[in-house]
Amino acid sequence: MGRIGDKFESLHAKNEKALIIYLTAGDPSLGVTKELFFGLESAGADILEIGVPFSDPTADGPVIQAASQRALKAGTTLQGVLDLVTDVRKTSSIPIVLFGYYNPIFAYGPKNFAQAAKKAGVDGVLVVDLPPEEAREFRSHTDVAGIDFISLAAPTTPEVRLRRIAAEATGFLYYISITGVTGTAVPRIEDIKREVSKIRRITKLPLAVGFGISNSKQAQEIARFADGVVIGSAVVRLIDENKSNPDLVKNVCTYVREIKKALRWQVDD
Amino acid sequence: MKTQPDKYGHFGIFGGRYAAETLMPALIELEAAYRAAQKDKSFSKEFEEYQRQYAGRATPLYYANRLSESLRGAKIYLKREDLNHTGSHKINNTLGQALLARRMGKKKVIAETGAGQHGVATATVAALFGMECKIFMGEEDIHRQAPNVFRMKILGAEVVPVKSGTATLKDAMNEAMRYWVSSVRDTFYIIGTTAGPHPYPQMVRNFQSVIGRETKKQIIKMEGRNPDVLIACVGGGSNAMGIFYTFRNQKDVAMFGVEAAGHGLNTTEHSASINAGKVGVLHGNKTYLLQDEHGQVRDAYSIAAGLDYPGVGPEHAYFHATKRVKYVTITDKEAIKAFSYLSRQEGIIPALESAHAIAYAMKVAPKMAKDKLIVVCLSGRGDKDAQTIIEKGGVR
Repeated sequence: MGRIGDKFESLHAKNEKALIIYLTAGDPSLGVTKELFFGLESAGADILEIGVPFSDPTADGPVIQAASQRALKAGTTLQGVLDLVTDVRKTSSIPIVLFGYYNPIFAYGPKNFAQAAKKAGVDGVLVVDLPPEEAREFRSHTDVAGIDFISLAAPTTPEVRLRRIAAEATGFLYYISITGVTGTAVPRIEDIKREVSKIRRITKLPLAVGFGISNSKQAQEIARFADGVVIGSAVVRLIDENKSNPDLVKNVCTYVREIKKALRWQVDD
Repeated sequence: MKTQPDKYGHFGIFGGRYAAETLMPALIELEAAYRAAQKDKSFSKEFEEYQRQYAGRATPLYYANRLSESLRGAKIYLKREDLNHTGSHKINNTLGQALLARRMGKKKVIAETGAGQHGVATATVAALFGMECKIFMGEEDIHRQAPNVFRMKILGAEVVPVKSGTATLKDAMNEAMRYWVSSVRDTFYIIGTTAGPHPYPQMVRNFQSVIGRETKKQIIKMEGRNPDVLIACVGGGSNAMGIFYTFRNQKDVAMFGVEAAGHGLNTTEHSASINAGKVGVLHGNKTYLLQDEHGQVRDAYSIAAGLDYPGVGPEHAYFHATKRVKYVTITDKEAIKAFSYLSRQEGIIPALESAHAIAYAMKVAPKMAKDKLIVVCLSGRGDKDAQTIIEKGGVR
């Protein structure tokens, strides 16, 4: 098992839920992303999802679209992101998932990418526009390299399809909590709960929920039945609001610490 | 040639279904509904009836006598898709998809548009079938294609301005896909070209292939044989695929797809995805894309808003890879010249998109013998481009 599996196991042993934080690499710069990285780890993030910016992020809402644009303007490339991971991996053992779209990976070369990502210390990849039907070639490289293929399940995914996705996924399963793009709607807890329990019957993989979660109350409610929650747009928005603030890292960490606290309280309920 | 696409929508290595999971079930459902409609004779009967009674098909295959004579070469025929209701070939596809949407019980439709031709054709069928309609259009295109924006509004559609990127067709398609992700349960996405995730490229091709079927029948009646050359402009490539598809296995027919060279292939301002792009994945399919070395999609440019797209339909990518079709380019300047030339020679004002195909015909016709036959797909009418042409000094 890799770092991702180990992390879920150790959290499970403590009866704790995983806090997964998304941020777009290179927004506002790779230097700041690196600072945030260490800050977030010490603030209690369990897994980091590093967004690889893409020119046409069709599954993202306005907040992450804008972050991708800023990151690209700042000159962020997939190679730059891999170099950043290599750098932080020297001192950090937090599980790292790269989140993005297929074209930058395809341009890099799927095989080269798998090898370089493994070498850099990447633990999993989540490619939004690469459903299992199209993933065969890519996975022939990432599976060999031992990189988890994090897969998405949506509210629209029927059970038959869910079975196939779950059977082929590794690391954890990512349940999309809203029928929509990232950060654009408020998740309905009851619906998610019902779907998550349905998925539970199908797979033993850890289940994380994301796409519309922005505060500790939602995080806490979802963590009652999921193994992890993903916070993305809310963090990205905070980074943008604080981009010229010397306390950027501190402010983002305060926010993340508060959510992690809510997930720990969970246990005492 | 093997039948394309395969069951996952691949044309050779191209095409496929690269979509977010939220959309995958909808695409699978759409495919099943389309397969069922294909097998249902009443569907094709109804489709043909609307094409005839409402769109005004069959469109003429017109022998452009003065144009041909003036070029002193091959005989040039124009397949008059500009004479369809709404003024372009786009209605062929929107009628098909709207009928399918109705069959699937969807009462809301959305579409992206560049030149506004697909937007108008979608707004039109939405009005015809009493559907709610939203059209996503780049702000830049809203300015340069104002007449079409008014037409869409008159028809009762909501035009949603898209500000991201260069505010053109690519961005409109991104936004339409995002909107579809959040509305997928009750909304049908009418994609305007032979691109997007499977089954769109195949479905749009089939709806448009009436162009080629008619052309074949008409030229055989008029000339007793196949044309020697077919020419059509290619942005996403729906009018070109529509006319090419019927002739794909006819080895005696040479086919040319004309990409927009904008300010020239030596600049970054063009839309020649096949001639100057690399294979990549965008908008649900694998195809040739204008992109930088890091896989970031570049902005396309053409004076013709309908060609202003950094990708191309996957079946065109396949026809290029298998050398079945030769893809060539025409610059803004050449297109403007052809626009005026056809207007004055034949009294037909072509869309700037179609003017690219005319311009290429003007290049090759003089080099061909007088008994050779060229068919140009005149995909749309040029009224919408009057403002652009006047601004560029194309009319003196």
